[in-house]
Amino acid sequence: MAVKIVTPLTDETVAQLKAGDDVRISGVIYTARDAAHKRLVNLIKEGEELPLDIRGQVIYYVGPTPAKPGKAIGSAGPTTSYRMDSYAPLLMEHGLKGMIGKGMRSRVVKDAMVKYKAVYFAAIGGAGALLAKSVKASELVAYEDLGPEAIMKLTVEDFPCVVVNDIYGNDLYEEGVRKYRIG
Amino acid sequence: MGFCGLREISVAEVTSTVKRLCISANSNVPRETIAALERALEIEESPVGREVLKQILENHRIAREEGVPACQDTGVAMVFVELGQDVHLVGGDLYEAINEGVRQGYKEGYLRKSMVNDPLFRRINTGDNTPAMIYVDIVPGTNLKITVAPKGGGAENMSGIAMLAPAAGVEGVKQFVVERVEKAGSNACPPVVVGVGIGGTFDRVALLAKRALLRPVGSHNPDPMYAELERELLVEINKLGIGPQGFGGRITALAVNIEYSPCHIASMPVAVNLNCHVGPHESAVI
Repeated sequence: MAVKIVTPLTDETVAQLKAGDDVRISGVIYTARDAAHKRLVNLIKEGEELPLDIRGQVIYYVGPTPAKPGKAIGSAGPTTSYRMDSYAPLLMEHGLKGMIGKGMRSRVVKDAMVKYKAVYFAAIGGAGALLAKSVKASELVAYEDLGPEAIMKLTVEDFPCVVVNDIYGNDLYEEGVRKYRIG
Repeated sequence: MGFCGLREISVAEVTSTVKRLCISANSNVPRETIAALERALEIEESPVGREVLKQILENHRIAREEGVPACQDTGVAMVFVELGQDVHLVGGDLYEAINEGVRQGYKEGYLRKSMVNDPLFRRINTGDNTPAMIYVDIVPGTNLKITVAPKGGGAENMSGIAMLAPAAGVEGVKQFVVERVEKAGSNACPPVVVGVGIGGTFDRVALLAKRALLRPVGSHNPDPMYAELERELLVEINKLGIGPQGFGGRITALAVNIEYSPCHIASMPVAVNLNCHVGPHESAVI
Protein backbone atom coordinates (compact mmCIF):
# COMPACT_ATOMS: atom_id res chain seq x y z
CA MET A 1 0.00 0.00 0.00
CA ALA A 2 1.52 3.28 -1.11
CA VAL A 3 2.11 6.11 1.36
CA LYS A 4 0.47 9.32 0.13
CA ILE A 5 2.33 12.52 0.92
CA VAL A 6 1.76 16.16 0.05
CA THR A 7 4.34 18.89 -0.59
CA PRO A 8 5.81 21.02 0.88
CA LEU A 9 7.26 18.40 3.22
CA THR A 10 7.36 18.91 6.97
CA ASP A 11 9.73 17.29 9.46
CA GLU A 12 6.80 15.14 10.61
CA THR A 13 6.10 13.83 7.09
CA VAL A 14 9.76 13.14 6.45
CA ALA A 15 10.12 11.31 9.76
CA GLN A 16 7.42 8.76 8.85
CA LEU A 17 9.13 7.73 5.60
CA LYS A 18 11.35 4.64 5.56
CA ALA A 19 13.66 3.25 2.88
CA GLY A 20 11.65 0.90 0.68
CA ASP A 21 8.33 2.72 1.13
CA ASP A 22 6.25 3.00 -2.02
CA VAL A 23 5.17 6.65 -2.12
CA ARG A 24 2.74 8.83 -4.11
CA ILE A 25 3.57 12.54 -4.06
CA SER A 26 0.98 15.24 -4.70
CA GLY A 27 1.42 19.00 -4.79
CA VAL A 28 4.15 21.20 -6.25
CA ILE A 29 7.67 19.96 -7.02
CA TYR A 30 10.47 21.79 -8.84
CA THR A 31 12.68 20.52 -11.65
CA ALA A 32 16.42 21.13 -11.57
CA ARG A 33 19.42 19.22 -12.87
CA ASP A 34 23.14 19.84 -13.45
CA ALA A 35 23.26 23.36 -14.86
CA ALA A 36 20.45 24.75 -12.67
CA HIS A 37 22.06 23.30 -9.54
CA LYS A 38 25.31 25.01 -10.38
CA ARG A 39 23.53 28.36 -10.62
CA LEU A 40 21.50 27.86 -7.43
CA VAL A 41 24.55 26.93 -5.41
CA ASN A 42 26.53 29.87 -6.81
CA LEU A 43 23.72 32.21 -5.76
CA ILE A 44 23.74 30.81 -2.21
CA LYS A 45 27.53 31.15 -2.02
CA GLU A 46 27.31 34.75 -3.18
CA GLY A 47 24.55 35.49 -0.66
CA GLU A 48 22.01 36.24 -3.41
CA GLU A 49 18.31 35.37 -3.35
CA LEU A 50 17.20 32.15 -5.09
CA PRO A 51 14.52 32.19 -7.81
CA LEU A 52 12.46 29.88 -5.57
CA ASP A 53 12.04 29.37 -1.83
CA ILE A 54 13.44 25.87 -1.36
CA ARG A 55 12.38 25.43 2.26
CA GLY A 56 10.30 22.25 2.57
CA GLN A 57 10.43 21.70 -1.17
CA VAL A 58 11.14 18.68 -3.33
CA ILE A 59 13.48 18.93 -6.31
CA TYR A 60 12.97 16.50 -9.18
CA TYR A 61 16.13 15.77 -11.17
CA VAL A 62 14.58 15.82 -14.61
CA GLY A 63 14.96 17.40 -18.02
CA PRO A 64 11.65 16.66 -19.75
CA THR A 65 11.02 16.49 -23.48
CA PRO A 66 9.05 19.49 -24.84
CA ALA A 67 5.30 19.29 -24.19
CA LYS A 68 3.19 18.57 -27.25
CA PRO A 69 0.33 21.06 -27.78
CA GLY A 70 -2.38 20.55 -25.15
CA LYS A 71 -0.15 18.49 -22.86
CA ALA A 72 1.18 19.58 -19.43
CA ILE A 73 4.62 18.15 -20.12
CA GLY A 74 6.53 15.79 -22.40
CA SER A 75 8.17 12.57 -21.21
CA ALA A 76 9.56 13.19 -17.75
CA GLY A 77 11.55 10.47 -16.03
CA PRO A 78 14.41 10.98 -13.56
CA THR A 79 18.03 11.64 -14.47
CA THR A 80 20.99 10.08 -12.62
CA SER A 81 21.37 11.76 -9.24
CA TYR A 82 25.08 11.45 -8.40
CA ARG A 83 25.82 14.38 -10.70
CA MET A 84 23.97 16.61 -8.23
CA ASP A 85 25.85 15.18 -5.22
CA SER A 86 28.32 18.06 -4.96
CA TYR A 87 25.45 20.57 -4.82
CA ALA A 88 22.79 18.75 -2.77
CA PRO A 89 24.13 19.18 0.80
CA LEU A 90 24.13 22.99 0.59
CA LEU A 91 20.53 22.98 -0.66
CA MET A 92 19.50 20.70 2.22
CA GLU A 93 21.27 23.05 4.63
CA HIS A 94 19.00 25.77 3.26
CA GLY A 95 15.83 23.78 3.79
CA LEU A 96 15.41 21.37 0.86
CA LYS A 97 13.43 18.36 2.14
CA GLY A 98 13.24 15.98 -0.78
CA MET A 99 15.01 14.92 -3.96
CA ILE A 100 13.65 12.67 -6.70
CA GLY A 101 16.08 10.98 -9.09
CA LYS A 102 17.60 7.60 -9.79
CA GLY A 103 20.82 5.96 -8.75
CA MET A 104 23.09 5.91 -5.73
CA ARG A 105 24.07 8.99 -3.68
CA SER A 106 27.46 9.68 -2.13
CA ARG A 107 28.29 9.19 1.53
CA VAL A 108 28.37 12.97 2.01
CA VAL A 109 24.85 13.36 0.60
CA LYS A 110 23.49 10.48 2.70
CA ASP A 111 25.01 11.99 5.84
CA ALA A 112 23.50 15.36 4.96
CA MET A 113 20.07 13.74 4.62
CA VAL A 114 20.32 12.45 8.17
CA LYS A 115 21.66 15.76 9.47
CA TYR A 116 19.14 18.04 7.75
CA LYS A 117 16.23 15.57 7.76
CA ALA A 118 15.69 15.18 4.05
CA VAL A 119 14.65 12.18 1.94
CA TYR A 120 15.80 10.80 -1.40
CA PHE A 121 13.18 9.19 -3.63
CA ALA A 122 13.77 7.14 -6.78
CA ALA A 123 11.35 7.20 -9.69
CA ILE A 124 11.69 4.60 -12.45
CA GLY A 125 14.44 5.65 -14.82
CA GLY A 126 13.42 5.25 -18.43
CA ALA A 127 9.70 5.41 -17.64
CA GLY A 128 9.27 9.00 -18.81
CA ALA A 129 6.04 8.37 -20.75
CA LEU A 130 4.37 6.76 -17.73
CA LEU A 131 5.61 9.29 -15.15
CA ALA A 132 4.40 12.22 -17.29
CA LYS A 133 0.83 11.05 -16.63
CA SER A 134 1.18 12.20 -13.00
CA VAL A 135 2.20 15.74 -14.00
CA LYS A 136 -0.90 17.92 -14.28
CA ALA A 137 0.66 21.34 -14.92
CA SER A 138 4.06 22.87 -15.55
CA GLU A 139 5.28 26.46 -15.40
CA LEU A 140 8.68 28.00 -16.10
CA VAL A 141 10.33 29.42 -12.97
CA ALA A 142 13.87 30.35 -14.02
CA TYR A 143 16.76 29.87 -16.46
CA GLU A 144 14.83 29.52 -19.71
CA ASP A 145 18.16 29.80 -21.53
CA LEU A 146 19.08 26.33 -20.23
CA GLY A 147 16.39 24.74 -22.40
CA PRO A 148 15.55 21.30 -20.97
CA GLU A 149 17.59 22.18 -17.87
CA ALA A 150 15.43 25.19 -16.93
CA ILE A 151 13.77 25.22 -13.50
CA MET A 152 10.06 24.43 -13.77
CA LYS A 153 7.31 24.22 -11.22
CA LEU A 154 5.34 20.99 -11.66
CA THR A 155 1.96 20.25 -10.16
CA VAL A 156 1.81 16.50 -9.62
CA GLU A 157 -0.88 14.07 -8.51
CA ASP A 158 0.09 10.72 -7.03
CA PHE A 159 3.55 10.84 -8.57
CA PRO A 160 4.95 7.31 -8.00
CA CYS A 161 8.34 6.83 -6.38
CA VAL A 162 10.16 4.79 -3.76
CA VAL A 163 12.10 5.99 -0.71
CA VAL A 164 15.76 5.06 -1.19
CA ASN A 165 17.44 7.04 1.60
CA ASP A 166 15.51 8.02 4.73
CA ILE A 167 16.53 10.28 7.62
CA TYR A 168 17.60 7.25 9.66
CA GLY A 169 20.51 6.38 7.39
CA ASN A 170 18.89 3.44 5.59
CA ASP A 171 19.63 2.78 1.91
CA LEU A 172 17.27 0.70 -0.23
CA TYR A 173 19.90 0.07 -2.92
CA GLU A 174 22.32 -1.46 -0.41
CA GLU A 175 19.62 -3.50 1.30
CA GLY A 176 18.17 -4.76 -2.00
CA VAL A 177 21.50 -5.93 -3.38
CA ARG A 178 22.38 -7.63 -0.08
CA LYS A 179 19.15 -9.58 -0.23
CA TYR A 180 19.50 -10.88 -3.79
CA ARG A 181 23.25 -11.12 -4.36
CA ILE A 182 24.52 -14.66 -5.05
CA GLY A 183 28.10 -15.50 -4.07
CA MET B 1 20.68 4.19 -62.29
CA GLY B 2 23.38 6.67 -63.29
CA PHE B 3 26.26 5.97 -65.64
CA CYS B 4 28.72 3.08 -65.10
CA GLY B 5 26.29 1.23 -62.79
CA LEU B 6 26.19 3.99 -60.21
CA ARG B 7 22.92 4.62 -58.40
CA GLU B 8 22.08 8.20 -57.57
CA ILE B 9 20.56 8.96 -54.17
CA SER B 10 19.54 12.47 -53.19
CA VAL B 11 20.76 13.63 -49.79
CA ALA B 12 17.25 15.04 -49.26
CA GLU B 13 16.16 11.43 -48.93
CA VAL B 14 18.85 10.92 -46.29
CA THR B 15 17.48 13.91 -44.35
CA SER B 16 13.89 12.67 -44.43
CA THR B 17 14.93 9.14 -43.44
CA VAL B 18 17.04 10.32 -40.49
CA LYS B 19 14.20 12.57 -39.35
CA ARG B 20 11.69 9.72 -39.45
CA LEU B 21 14.05 7.33 -37.64
CA CYS B 22 14.81 9.84 -34.84
CA ILE B 23 11.13 10.21 -34.04
CA SER B 24 10.23 6.55 -34.44
CA ALA B 25 13.21 5.08 -32.55
CA ASN B 26 12.50 7.18 -29.46
CA SER B 27 8.93 5.95 -29.06
CA ASN B 28 9.21 2.38 -30.34
CA VAL B 29 11.27 0.20 -28.03
CA PRO B 30 12.59 -2.76 -30.09
CA ARG B 31 10.20 -5.74 -29.92
CA GLU B 32 13.05 -8.08 -28.95
CA THR B 33 13.67 -5.88 -25.89
CA ILE B 34 9.98 -5.98 -24.98
CA ALA B 35 10.01 -9.78 -25.28
CA ALA B 36 13.05 -9.95 -22.99
CA LEU B 37 11.33 -7.69 -20.42
CA GLU B 38 8.28 -9.97 -20.49
CA ARG B 39 10.50 -13.00 -19.87
CA ALA B 40 12.25 -11.09 -17.07
CA LEU B 41 8.88 -10.52 -15.39
CA GLU B 42 8.34 -14.29 -15.33
CA ILE B 43 11.74 -14.93 -13.75
CA GLU B 44 12.10 -12.02 -11.30
CA GLU B 45 11.58 -13.03 -7.67
CA SER B 46 11.73 -9.63 -6.01
CA PRO B 47 8.22 -8.16 -5.53
CA VAL B 48 9.55 -4.60 -5.99
CA GLY B 49 11.51 -5.77 -9.03
CA ARG B 50 8.39 -7.30 -10.56
CA GLU B 51 6.43 -4.10 -9.97
CA VAL B 52 9.21 -2.10 -11.67
CA LEU B 53 9.19 -4.44 -14.69
CA LYS B 54 5.40 -4.11 -14.99
CA GLN B 55 5.67 -0.32 -14.95
CA ILE B 56 8.48 -0.38 -17.51
CA LEU B 57 6.35 -2.55 -19.85
CA GLU B 58 3.41 -0.19 -19.29
CA ASN B 59 5.67 2.77 -20.08
CA HIS B 60 6.87 1.21 -23.32
CA ARG B 61 3.27 0.46 -24.34
CA ILE B 62 2.22 4.07 -23.72
CA ALA B 63 5.22 5.34 -25.69
CA ARG B 64 4.39 3.18 -28.71
CA GLU B 65 0.64 3.78 -28.66
CA GLU B 66 0.78 7.53 -28.04
CA GLY B 67 3.89 8.15 -30.12
CA VAL B 68 5.75 9.83 -27.25
CA PRO B 69 9.37 9.22 -26.23
CA ALA B 70 9.75 6.22 -23.90
CA CYS B 71 12.42 8.16 -22.01
CA GLN B 72 12.85 11.92 -21.64
CA ASP B 73 16.53 11.50 -22.48
CA THR B 74 16.18 11.24 -26.23
CA GLY B 75 19.93 11.18 -26.35
CA VAL B 76 22.85 12.00 -28.51
CA ALA B 77 21.79 11.10 -32.05
CA MET B 78 24.12 8.27 -32.99
CA VAL B 79 23.87 7.68 -36.73
CA PHE B 80 25.49 4.69 -38.43
CA VAL B 81 25.62 4.71 -42.21
CA GLU B 82 26.46 1.81 -44.50
CA LEU B 83 27.10 3.46 -47.82
CA GLY B 84 27.19 1.23 -50.89
CA GLN B 85 30.31 2.01 -52.92
CA ASP B 86 28.23 2.19 -56.10
CA VAL B 87 26.03 4.95 -54.68
CA HIS B 88 26.49 8.48 -55.95
CA LEU B 89 25.12 10.97 -53.45
CA VAL B 90 23.70 14.10 -55.07
CA GLY B 91 22.25 17.38 -53.90
CA GLY B 92 24.55 18.24 -51.03
CA ASP B 93 26.79 17.12 -48.21
CA LEU B 94 26.03 13.76 -46.52
CA TYR B 95 26.98 14.86 -43.02
CA GLU B 96 24.98 18.08 -43.25
CA ALA B 97 22.02 16.12 -44.61
CA ILE B 98 22.16 13.81 -41.58
CA ASN B 99 22.39 16.73 -39.17
CA GLU B 100 19.45 18.40 -40.91
CA GLY B 101 17.44 15.20 -40.40
CA VAL B 102 18.33 15.24 -36.69
CA ARG B 103 17.42 18.94 -36.47
CA GLN B 104 14.01 18.37 -38.08
CA GLY B 105 13.29 15.13 -36.22
CA TYR B 106 14.09 16.51 -32.78
CA LYS B 107 12.03 19.66 -33.41
CA GLU B 108 8.98 18.14 -35.06
CA GLY B 109 9.01 15.05 -32.83
CA TYR B 110 9.09 17.13 -29.62
CA LEU B 111 12.28 15.34 -28.60
CA ARG B 112 14.68 16.75 -26.02
CA LYS B 113 17.68 18.71 -27.22
CA SER B 114 20.56 17.41 -25.14
CA MET B 115 23.73 18.60 -26.87
CA VAL B 116 26.04 21.35 -25.59
CA ASN B 117 28.45 23.09 -27.94
CA ASP B 118 31.54 22.66 -25.79
CA PRO B 119 32.21 19.96 -23.19
CA LEU B 120 34.12 22.05 -20.68
CA PHE B 121 34.10 25.85 -20.78
CA ARG B 122 30.88 27.02 -22.44
CA ARG B 123 28.39 24.14 -22.32
CA ILE B 124 25.72 26.07 -24.25
CA ASN B 125 22.85 23.95 -25.55
CA THR B 126 22.97 23.90 -29.35
CA GLY B 127 19.17 23.98 -29.35
CA ASP B 128 18.59 21.40 -32.09
CA ASN B 129 20.41 18.30 -30.80
CA THR B 130 23.13 18.58 -33.43
CA PRO B 131 25.79 17.61 -34.09
CA ALA B 132 24.96 13.94 -34.49
CA MET B 133 27.68 11.37 -33.86
CA ILE B 134 28.10 9.90 -37.34
CA TYR B 135 29.94 6.79 -38.48
CA VAL B 136 30.11 5.92 -42.17
CA ASP B 137 31.22 2.54 -43.51
CA ILE B 138 31.70 1.93 -47.20
CA VAL B 139 30.20 -1.43 -48.19
CA PRO B 140 29.68 -3.22 -51.52
CA GLY B 141 26.50 -2.51 -53.47
CA THR B 142 24.07 0.24 -54.36
CA ASN B 143 22.14 0.59 -51.09
CA LEU B 144 22.37 3.13 -48.31
CA LYS B 145 21.50 1.80 -44.85
CA ILE B 146 20.93 4.22 -42.00
CA THR B 147 20.65 3.26 -38.33
CA VAL B 148 19.67 5.86 -35.76
CA ALA B 149 20.44 4.92 -32.16
CA PRO B 150 19.63 7.74 -29.71
CA LYS B 151 22.00 7.26 -26.75
CA GLY B 152 21.04 8.58 -23.33
CA GLY B 153 23.62 10.08 -21.01
CA GLY B 154 22.86 8.05 -17.87
CA ALA B 155 23.88 4.68 -19.29
CA GLU B 156 26.61 6.14 -21.51
CA ASN B 157 28.35 7.67 -18.45
CA MET B 158 28.80 4.18 -16.98
CA SER B 159 31.02 3.02 -19.89
CA GLY B 160 34.60 1.86 -19.45
CA ILE B 161 37.67 0.70 -21.32
CA ALA B 162 40.53 -1.49 -20.09
CA MET B 163 43.72 -2.25 -21.99
CA LEU B 164 44.20 -5.74 -20.55
CA ALA B 165 47.27 -7.91 -20.99
CA PRO B 166 46.61 -10.98 -23.19
CA ALA B 167 47.54 -13.11 -20.14
CA ALA B 168 44.39 -11.83 -18.38
CA GLY B 169 42.44 -14.17 -20.67
CA VAL B 170 38.75 -14.96 -20.44
CA GLU B 171 38.74 -14.50 -16.67
CA GLY B 172 40.21 -11.01 -17.00
CA VAL B 173 37.55 -10.02 -19.51
CA LYS B 174 34.78 -11.44 -17.33
CA GLN B 175 36.05 -9.70 -14.23
CA PHE B 176 36.24 -6.31 -15.96
CA VAL B 177 32.78 -6.56 -17.53
CA VAL B 178 31.06 -7.72 -14.34
CA GLU B 179 32.83 -5.02 -12.32
CA ARG B 180 31.67 -2.30 -14.72
CA VAL B 181 28.05 -3.42 -14.44
CA GLU B 182 28.34 -3.65 -10.65
CA LYS B 183 29.82 -0.16 -10.48
CA ALA B 184 27.04 1.19 -12.70
CA GLY B 185 24.54 -0.26 -10.22
CA SER B 186 21.27 1.64 -10.30
CA ASN B 187 22.68 4.51 -12.38
CA ALA B 188 22.26 2.97 -15.82
CA CYS B 189 18.53 2.21 -15.35
CA PRO B 190 18.66 -1.59 -15.01
CA PRO B 191 17.69 -4.01 -16.39
CA VAL B 192 20.46 -3.04 -18.79
CA VAL B 193 21.80 -4.38 -22.06
CA VAL B 194 25.56 -4.83 -21.89
CA GLY B 195 27.56 -4.05 -25.01
CA VAL B 196 31.07 -5.48 -24.94
CA GLY B 197 33.89 -4.87 -27.40
CA ILE B 198 37.00 -7.05 -27.31
CA GLY B 199 40.10 -6.48 -29.46
CA GLY B 200 41.05 -3.86 -32.02
CA THR B 201 42.69 -0.76 -30.61
CA PHE B 202 41.88 1.76 -27.86
CA ASP B 203 39.59 3.73 -30.19
CA ARG B 204 38.14 0.76 -32.09
CA VAL B 205 37.13 -1.27 -29.06
CA ALA B 206 34.76 1.44 -27.83
CA LEU B 207 33.01 1.46 -31.19
CA LEU B 208 32.74 -2.35 -31.10
CA ALA B 209 31.00 -2.13 -27.73
CA LYS B 210 28.59 0.47 -29.06
CA ARG B 211 27.88 -1.51 -32.22
CA ALA B 212 27.21 -4.58 -30.07
CA LEU B 213 24.25 -2.67 -28.64
CA LEU B 214 22.73 -2.40 -32.12
CA ARG B 215 22.30 -6.17 -32.22
CA PRO B 216 18.83 -7.31 -31.15
CA VAL B 217 18.45 -8.41 -27.53
CA GLY B 218 18.41 -12.20 -27.51
CA SER B 219 20.66 -12.61 -30.55
CA HIS B 220 24.12 -14.11 -30.10
CA ASN B 221 27.52 -13.64 -31.66
CA PRO B 222 27.82 -16.07 -34.61
CA ASP B 223 31.09 -17.37 -33.17
CA PRO B 224 30.08 -20.12 -30.69
CA MET B 225 32.92 -19.30 -28.27
CA TYR B 226 31.83 -15.68 -28.01
CA ALA B 227 28.18 -16.72 -27.86
CA GLU B 228 29.03 -18.93 -24.89
CA LEU B 229 30.89 -16.06 -23.23
CA GLU B 230 27.79 -13.87 -23.69
CA ARG B 231 25.69 -16.48 -21.89
CA GLU B 232 28.21 -16.93 -19.08
CA LEU B 233 28.55 -13.20 -18.53
CA LEU B 234 24.77 -12.76 -18.35
CA VAL B 235 24.59 -15.41 -15.63
CA GLU B 236 27.43 -13.79 -13.67
CA ILE B 237 25.92 -10.30 -13.98
CA ASN B 238 22.53 -11.51 -12.81
CA LYS B 239 24.15 -12.90 -9.67
CA LEU B 240 25.02 -9.33 -8.63
CA GLY B 241 21.56 -8.85 -7.12
CA ILE B 242 21.20 -5.26 -8.40
CA GLY B 243 17.85 -6.05 -10.01
CA PRO B 244 15.36 -3.82 -11.83
CA GLN B 245 16.24 -0.17 -11.08
CA GLY B 246 18.77 -1.34 -8.49
CA PHE B 247 16.13 -2.11 -5.86
CA GLY B 248 17.43 -5.68 -5.59
CA GLY B 249 16.49 -8.69 -7.69
CA ARG B 250 17.47 -11.37 -10.16
CA ILE B 251 17.31 -9.41 -13.41
CA THR B 252 20.12 -6.88 -13.61
CA ALA B 253 20.76 -7.37 -17.34
CA LEU B 254 18.56 -8.53 -20.21
CA ALA B 255 21.43 -9.45 -22.50
CA VAL B 256 25.18 -9.32 -23.08
CA ASN B 257 26.22 -8.65 -26.68
CA ILE B 258 29.87 -9.07 -27.63
CA GLU B 259 31.63 -7.91 -30.80
CA TYR B 260 35.30 -8.71 -31.34
CA SER B 261 38.11 -7.80 -33.68
CA PRO B 262 41.69 -8.91 -34.36
CA CYS B 263 44.28 -7.00 -32.34
CA HIS B 264 48.00 -6.46 -31.71
CA ILE B 265 50.06 -9.34 -30.22
CA ALA B 266 50.65 -7.25 -27.08
CA SER B 267 47.06 -6.13 -26.54
CA MET B 268 43.64 -7.20 -25.39
CA PRO B 269 41.44 -4.10 -25.22
CA VAL B 270 38.01 -4.51 -23.62
CA ALA B 271 35.20 -1.94 -23.61
CA VAL B 272 31.81 -1.91 -21.94
CA ASN B 273 28.98 0.30 -23.15
CA LEU B 274 25.61 0.01 -21.46
CA ASN B 275 22.08 0.56 -22.69
CA CYS B 276 19.15 1.01 -20.36
CA HIS B 277 15.98 -1.07 -20.80
CA VAL B 278 14.82 1.34 -23.53
CA GLY B 279 17.92 1.02 -25.73
CA PRO B 280 16.36 2.53 -28.83
CA HIS B 281 17.63 1.92 -32.34
CA GLU B 282 15.99 1.67 -35.73
CA SER B 283 17.26 1.16 -39.28
CA ALA B 284 16.09 1.87 -42.80
CA VAL B 285 17.51 1.04 -46.22
CA ILE B 286 17.28 3.55 -49.05
